[in-house]
Amino acid sequence: MSQVKSIQQKVIPGFGLTMGFSVFYLSVVVLIPLAALLFNSTGLTWVKFWEVATDPRVLASYRVSFTTSAVAALLDTILGLLLAWVLVRYKFPGKAVFDALIDLPFALPTAVAGVSLTALYSQNGWIGSFLEPLGIKVAFSPIGITLALMFIGIPFVVRTVQPVLEDMDRDAEEAAATLGAGRLRTFCKVILPSLLPPLLTGFALAFARGIGEYGSVVFISGNMPMRTEIAPLLIMSKLEQYDYAGATAVAMLLLIISFFLLFMINSLQRWVRRTSR
Amino acid sequence: MRKTLKQGVLLGLVLLMSAMMAACGNNATANEKTATPAANDTTKTVKEAEQDIEPAKLEDVELLNVSYDPTRELYESYNKAFATYWEKEKGQKVTIKQSHGGSGKQSRAVIDGLEADVVTLALGYDIDALQKDGLINEGWEGEFELNSSPYTSTIVFLVKKGNPKGINEWSDLIKDDVEVITPNPKTSGGARWNYLAAWGYALRENGNDEAKAQQFVKDLFSHVPVLDTGARGSTTTFVERGIGDVLLAWENEAILSIKELGPDKFDIVYPTLSILAEPPVAIVDKVVDKRGTQEVAEAYLQYLYTEEGQTIAAENYYRPTLDSVKEKFKDNFPNVELFTLADVFGTWKETQEKHFNDGGIFDQIYVPGK
Repeated sequence: MSQVKSIQQKVIPGFGLTMGFSVFYLSVVVLIPLAALLFNSTGLTWVKFWEVATDPRVLASYRVSFTTSAVAALLDTILGLLLAWVLVRYKFPGKAVFDALIDLPFALPTAVAGVSLTALYSQNGWIGSFLEPLGIKVAFSPIGITLALMFIGIPFVVRTVQPVLEDMDRDAEEAAATLGAGRLRTFCKVILPSLLPPLLTGFALAFARGIGEYGSVVFISGNMPMRTEIAPLLIMSKLEQYDYAGATAVAMLLLIISFFLLFMINSLQRWVRRTSR
Repeated sequence: MRKTLKQGVLLGLVLLMSAMMAACGNNATANEKTATPAANDTTKTVKEAEQDIEPAKLEDVELLNVSYDPTRELYESYNKAFATYWEKEKGQKVTIKQSHGGSGKQSRAVIDGLEADVVTLALGYDIDALQKDGLINEGWEGEFELNSSPYTSTIVFLVKKGNPKGINEWSDLIKDDVEVITPNPKTSGGARWNYLAAWGYALRENGNDEAKAQQFVKDLFSHVPVLDTGARGSTTTFVERGIGDVLLAWENEAILSIKELGPDKFDIVYPTLSILAEPPVAIVDKVVDKRGTQEVAEAYLQYLYTEEGQTIAAENYYRPTLDSVKEKFKDNFPNVELFTLADVFGTWKETQEKHFNDGGIFDQIYVPGK
């Protein structure tokens, strides 16, 4: 057994070399661009940072961005689990096509998604024209933003849950059933615990994607200050007045909050994984 | 284990340093190579086939014109006309590439290193930004006639056919059941002209009372259900989605939408007073000095003022400034009383700071409780 393990370790050359390449690529692809963001904010003092960060319009935009992203990610988590379940557990005609469709939101330029969603849900669109008389305003409201973010985020959940579901042994479910557990009990006590980590990952990914999303949202949100204005739009509007420092301040704060939230989710996920074992 | 970790991190850093040094060494040449393709929207307008006819006496030259969105068609025809003119005049082949996008975005691209020989933007403020960065010499406004604005436009109302809500004047925009579509002045150059036109009208109506003008503009924006990020976006919202009763638009955009969609759907309404929108042009001094294109760049912009240049502008629904061409196209451009930015607001810098910068009047409109 120990021999097998040592051979496995040697498949990729030494730890030093691989670690070196990891540091190199992480720096080039992630760390240096992020550092450049800071560098770009020359002239950004703490006073200015605080001024920008506590501006009521900026705060309102954060509220919009974070709540819509969170709601969208939550809905995606539920829907994504359902989609993954159907894809893994059932056989039906056209399954391959269905499966490929899931990834399409990744490939579609987000602005195109935004334009088509707006066309659908505005007051004279195919769907919007039915909802508007009922008093449900989708386009140009937070509901519209959430919808756009759900569209963008759904593949993250499906693609993280699917492989785990595929690997899951059905023996455990059968054992639970033979021991007299009902369907609900089996789901809650047997299936859900092992699905929780991928669900959390999917949620975190969809959530993070939603916070930074610009293209699909600007068309459907209506961009009304204090109500449907998202933080990335505010960054763009600061750039439009050549206020690089202000734009960086909003971006930095967005990144700090996002990092904190993602860190929390990751910790939660680790905790779940540990307790479920 | 710890030793290998240290070695690994060290190796990564060494790799990183060498990669950065290599990048620095190549910087000068790499810049030149990437500068032109960076204009992702660039279109070659002079056919390459033309270059095969006979060897030119002067070396071929290439210009990059960085412009804003709705001038695409205008410059496509103008570039052809200018290339023909220049070859006849100087015997030099000139290829003009054009790049389009939001005015502010384009200006930032030039600041960040897009090597534009000339810029033709929507707002003087965007050219001021280039001046501030040292790319353009001071006094660019005076370099060409008429504040360096060879063609002009104005802000008009686009309404549904037959004008069902009876919108004829700025004051009609704040009637109870009217919804107004305009882009966001914070992100769109065109929207700033809309805002300023409304402000100028309110000032005149209220005997130059600034507070009343501000109240009027605030009322106006409370009738706006959607703020798109750019002028084309607003046009789509109004024309395709059927949202709102009136679209505030550049005259050329309004005429274009009517031409494209058929005159049976929309009407243009001219208010009694509007703003003279002056989209300016300028030579990017630092770039032409470096590339030695000063002469041709200057001729390129100067030619916009000639009979041919003005006719092309008029054919693309921009108001010509040359009297003879004005006369020829007078039916296309109804007479409206127009005020200039300088008449009412002063320079772009002052206007931007007072109205559109963070904390400016436009922001105050949306602060709750004010």
